[in-house]
Amino acid sequence: MAVTTPLPAAEAVFRARGLTKTYRMGEVEVHALRGVDLDLFRGEFVVLLGPSGSGKSTLLNILGGLDAPTAGEVWYEGHHLTGATERELTLFRREHVGFVFQFYNLIPSLTARENVAIVTEIAEQPMTPEEALARVDLADRMDHFPAQLSGGQQQRVAIARAIAKRPAVLLCDEPTGALDSATGVRVLEALERVNAELGTTTVVITHNADIARMAHRVLYLGDGRIVREERPARRTPAKELHW
Amino acid sequence: MSALTRKAWRDLWHLRGQAQAIALVIAGGVATLVMSQSTYESLTATREQFYRQAALADLWAPLARAPDTVLAHLAALPGVQTVQARLVALGTLGVPGFDEPVRAEVVSLPPEGGQPLLNRVQLRSGRLPDAELDNEVVVGEAFAAAHALRVGDRLRMTLRGRQRWLRVVGVGTSPEYVYQSPPGTVFPDFKRYAVLWMNRHAMEKALDMDGAFNNVVLRLLPGARPAAVIAGLDGALARYGGVGAYGRHEQTSARYLEEEMRQLRTMARLFPAIFLGVAAFLLHVVLMRLVGTQREQIGVLKAFGYSHRALAVHYLGMAAVVALLGALLGIALGAGMGRWLAHVYQDIYRFPFLAWRLSPAAIATGTAVSLAAAAAGALMALRAAASLPPAEAMRAPAPPRFGPTLIERLGLQRWLSQPSRMILRDLERRPGRAAFTVLGLALACAVIMVGRFQGDAVGYMVDTQLSIAQHHDLAVSFIEPAPRQVLFELAALPGVREAEPIRTAPVRLVHGLRSYRTVIEGLPPAARLRRPLDARLGVITPPADGVLLTDYLQRMLALEPGDTIEVQALQGHRHVRDVRVAGFVHETIGAQGYMDLDALNRLLGDGDVVSGVLLGVLPGAEADVYARLDRRPWVAGISSRLASVRSFYATMGESLLVFTWVAALLGGVINFGLVYNAARISLSERGRELASLRVLGMTEGEVSALLLGQLGLLVAISLPFGFAAGWGLCWLMVQGFQSELFRIPIRLTTATYAFAGLTVLGASVVSALLVHRRIARLDLIAVLKTRE
Repeated sequence: MAVTTPLPAAEAVFRARGLTKTYRMGEVEVHALRGVDLDLFRGEFVVLLGPSGSGKSTLLNILGGLDAPTAGEVWYEGHHLTGATERELTLFRREHVGFVFQFYNLIPSLTARENVAIVTEIAEQPMTPEEALARVDLADRMDHFPAQLSGGQQQRVAIARAIAKRPAVLLCDEPTGALDSATGVRVLEALERVNAELGTTTVVITHNADIARMAHRVLYLGDGRIVREERPARRTPAKELHW
Repeated sequence: MSALTRKAWRDLWHLRGQAQAIALVIAGGVATLVMSQSTYESLTATREQFYRQAALADLWAPLARAPDTVLAHLAALPGVQTVQARLVALGTLGVPGFDEPVRAEVVSLPPEGGQPLLNRVQLRSGRLPDAELDNEVVVGEAFAAAHALRVGDRLRMTLRGRQRWLRVVGVGTSPEYVYQSPPGTVFPDFKRYAVLWMNRHAMEKALDMDGAFNNVVLRLLPGARPAAVIAGLDGALARYGGVGAYGRHEQTSARYLEEEMRQLRTMARLFPAIFLGVAAFLLHVVLMRLVGTQREQIGVLKAFGYSHRALAVHYLGMAAVVALLGALLGIALGAGMGRWLAHVYQDIYRFPFLAWRLSPAAIATGTAVSLAAAAAGALMALRAAASLPPAEAMRAPAPPRFGPTLIERLGLQRWLSQPSRMILRDLERRPGRAAFTVLGLALACAVIMVGRFQGDAVGYMVDTQLSIAQHHDLAVSFIEPAPRQVLFELAALPGVREAEPIRTAPVRLVHGLRSYRTVIEGLPPAARLRRPLDARLGVITPPADGVLLTDYLQRMLALEPGDTIEVQALQGHRHVRDVRVAGFVHETIGAQGYMDLDALNRLLGDGDVVSGVLLGVLPGAEADVYARLDRRPWVAGISSRLASVRSFYATMGESLLVFTWVAALLGGVINFGLVYNAARISLSERGRELASLRVLGMTEGEVSALLLGQLGLLVAISLPFGFAAGWGLCWLMVQGFQSELFRIPIRLTTATYAFAGLTVLGASVVSALLVHRRIARLDLIAVLKTRE
């Protein structure tokens, strides 16, 4: 089991200890996580790498309050997530977590601006939808419907939607998985900028090892465990990435 | 089982909630179809069998008095098969323990004893009167039941002022009194109106009619022309005070029964059509959605070489299973309800037996019609599936296109939150579906309104006819026209507040080739107790010359105000005169004429006479006045207006309530089917979107509000349309039910609108709650990974 080495000065946003997740898929018992300890620090850009079925998504879902571990505990800034009710988890997501999905999951009947607004309308101290969209370079596409946007643009709207509430943490599950290289880079640039400018802790799940080069820290998952942890000596800016 | 068949069953299982809801709607349609069809068939068969068994006459000819010797002449008329002479008289009855006036129609039985040749009495208990005894009587079953009379009980009858005690020896029914309503009204009053059968000798004595008859009934030879025989009869009986012969279609009971059958037939068509239309729409939406989600599967199947035909059969088969399920349930339900309803009718009409029928044709029709509805619903989905090229089918559908809605283009968007915009845009993107849902909901609301409409309409009829147009407490009718002075005698009775004369004269109205047999009522100037009303319920007084006619006769006889109509008096000197039509009277019940009393008397030419008196009575004095009147020999009958109104509500109230609830249930089923399916479809189409919103931090409540808010909006939009459709449906029914017996007015009370609206809302809330549970179970994790 890999053990993270917290920076003494840094403040842990998430603390997870002994996370285990098993579930049944038909006849088979799947061990998605087998005891994961993890700390995520404020302002960190973390990339989770690993093959399919290694437990990346399960870990992300538990951190985001979408799923509960079978054993182990998670704290978010001193709040105990593992014992929280469904209602508290909804509130937690609403106030502190931004999600970016692989397939964008925009509301087709709302424009870019409105897709952001649907989150800002229920958040405590959001930025305006216009500001959020400007941060992902979409100021000129605000009144377009999803059907009028390219995949990359849609994903950037999704990022704007995720950051508009000023979340403490941004959880991205394969954000470039459905995009070509050039478009993917633009999306990563948007994430990079948000991370740098707003100090949002960002966790990105990917199959793509190249993306790891822009991270502060890379966690390798395999078979439900963190098998390796790396801190690239030099972070590569997103725009220099290609695959 | 082929793999495709297995897929069909599994898809159906997956859609079972929706399939059940649709099957329920289909069942509602088939049930009403089978119910009304089987009730209709059963009643028709019962009626025919009863008419045949009891030898219902073809013609009736009332007259004043004719010696028995005339009978041979009548029997010799061409076309006549059987003739039965008899005495029919109106009297009053005293039932121990019941102190209100009871009118009785007394019909004679053959003097030698036994059954008459025509219109035989079907005994339910006891026996026929003994020919040797003159105090034995058979009472009508409805009246007996209303007063719990049994064989051996005693009744006091007043006939021509002579009182006598009679012993009930039998209880029975007759085909000519299947529907019993007191003369001059349309609603039955089993407590205050009786039909009695007595031996003719006993009646002859009471009526001073030895060796004479005043009523004859006839059976015609097959192929005989009724009109020719009627003409012959009228000619032969004119000098004996004949008031015009008539056939079954003018005989009250037979006519009402015919009307009832007609209404049932209308029901059998109208309601199933609504249900099955809605079911077809629901199947359409569900199958379209299924084909939409199965694009890839369809593509793969086509790529593997499945033909369009095979796929069409696949989806059509699924629709057929739902339809058959619904049809089966509907047939079972409809057969049960039909049986129950037929028994209810049997009870109302006192049929001695019930020939219950559920024809294979009704079952086949129910099944065929529901299959047709299913096929119609599946048609578009089949076309959609067939037109998908395999490669296209395997590609994900393009993201749906949305645009700003009309409201936003009008610049009102700042009033709209994001969820409201989603709701509005979603509706605007599928206007057809939204429109159909609204239409279906509106029809559901309409069905519920129809259920209450009868009550409203009948209430209105009773109100206008018995409250606004009539103000008397007691109506007294005389055996034959009496000098007008009799009015003063009655007015002088203790307890009588006011008295007004009235003359009711049987006439035949002729205009061109059209004619109608009815009565003209002669009213004094400025009558207060009986006042004809115009369409706005204002009082109109018959002018000094000319006749006012019920508005229905305007159409029936093709009349215009100012036209001249031929009035053939059927009484007295039987004058035939041309009279000016002075105007029309708005009446929902019956069809007759009104004239100034003096003008009518001049027309009839038999002096200054009246045929009855209307009395206003001091509070509490009714029973006393009644008792005094009952002893007068020239009094044929006395009726109490308020008692009729009360009895009407008592007898009709319960059946109207049943009808209201049945219709509410049926409307609720349609409503539930629609809302539940619409919500499930939306949930299936937008599950990903809604789950995303949950992930983004929206609560279950907020997400539910999005989905159900849209349905709520549709329900709200549907209400005004529903009210309009309800009105329209009632109008349609009213057109079907119009007859000279009564015209159901389109009056719907606020309570009916409220009841329909609340039932719609209630059914919608139930379906919404069922769907809300599913929103709570949305899989938040799956949505992150899957692409639709």
